[in-house]
Amino acid sequence: MRLALLALLTRSPAHGYELKQDLEKLLGAAYPQPNVGQIYVTLGRLEKSGLIEGEDVEQSGRPNKRTYKLTAAGREAVLAWFEDTAEEPRVRDEFFMKLALAPQSGLADPIALINKQRRQYLNTMRDLSKLAAAEDRDNKISQLLIEGAMLHLQADLDWLERCQEELE
Amino acid sequence: MSDDATAAPVVPIVRAEGLTKTHHGEGTPVPAVRGVDLSVQPGEFVAVTGPSGAGKSTLLHLIGGLQRPDDGKLWLDGERVDAYREARWAVLRRRSIGVVFQFFNLVSNLTVADNVELPALLAGASPKAARDSRAELLAELGLEGRERSMPGELSGGEQQRVALARALVNHPALLLADEPAGSLDSKGTREVLRLLTRFHQRGQTIIMVTHDARMASAADRVISFFDGRIADDAQLGGGRPGPAGGVSGVLELKE
Repeated sequence: MRLALLALLTRSPAHGYELKQDLEKLLGAAYPQPNVGQIYVTLGRLEKSGLIEGEDVEQSGRPNKRTYKLTAAGREAVLAWFEDTAEEPRVRDEFFMKLALAPQSGLADPIALINKQRRQYLNTMRDLSKLAAAEDRDNKISQLLIEGAMLHLQADLDWLERCQEELE
Repeated sequence: MSDDATAAPVVPIVRAEGLTKTHHGEGTPVPAVRGVDLSVQPGEFVAVTGPSGAGKSTLLHLIGGLQRPDDGKLWLDGERVDAYREARWAVLRRRSIGVVFQFFNLVSNLTVADNVELPALLAGASPKAARDSRAELLAELGLEGRERSMPGELSGGEQQRVALARALVNHPALLLADEPAGSLDSKGTREVLRLLTRFHQRGQTIIMVTHDARMASAADRVISFFDGRIADDAQLGGGRPGPAGGVSGVLELKE
């Protein structure tokens, strides 16, 4: 979340609650509802490391609100983040370990494991389809996020199919 | 389904026992469907998935009488049909089974309207009734104004919608779909899926063959087909607690 917050602050200074709302609006229903406390903690850490600067703004009749702006070092950090490519996702190694070790242990049947896992993935796929249908059609970012999750799941399902073909 | 607890049990719309089919092409015979037992209840939306060559399309063709089994028994709506000859199958398909294929199979030198009306006329509908059903379905499928187009003038997604209208014009009890989005782009796929889901919600029984897990997950039952056999038969939805907080949380942010 650190870099997401820094990247939002490249636009203009903002306070914690605004940043939470901006993230939610941008990423939509597929985004794990951020805990506002977590955001404040992260902002505190970013300030300590000199990537942002806080300033208290007085509000009439309400507690002060702390607004943050990006420092030059913060801007560098965001640039470096965009510069780096992200790591590719990893194979579902826990399931694969089960599959690899089932025959060794004699405690589970690999095909039964595959069938059970497929049921879970198909149900998740169904949930994702519903999420996509319920989500705002015009929120492209959110729709793409859900579609990405579905395509990953599709690949996992294809891989299960390959495992079943080889092991049956 | 009946609300009356004393009513007779619901007759499955499809029931198969030991259904078997071997392809005899060049070279060694290839078993495509190997002793399949299956029962589908009225109103179900069943997806059959599996790798290509697993025999899932053959299974669908056996159910629709497009191919004949070498062995096994098949009942449609309680009636034993595996020994039917082509003429009786033709009547059955006209009245009770709609089929959509991957490549639409529209009659290329007939207009959209004629493609949809033809099966209604063949089933004995009056020209007016055929026209009315056609108009209603095309409107429903978002194809108004396309009546006079030739299939070749339409996009793949539109052609598949015409094929869907043709399959449904006689209100068949059973709709069979063989990779209905197999030759469509993702927009066309979503459209076909949305329409199938809509007809299913109105009670249409559907059996769909697909290799696409996203399509399959729209069904309420998924049969995994491997090497001519049912490897798994899973009911989706209902009764699953689901992950905490639903599926939102698709995105994992570090820290």
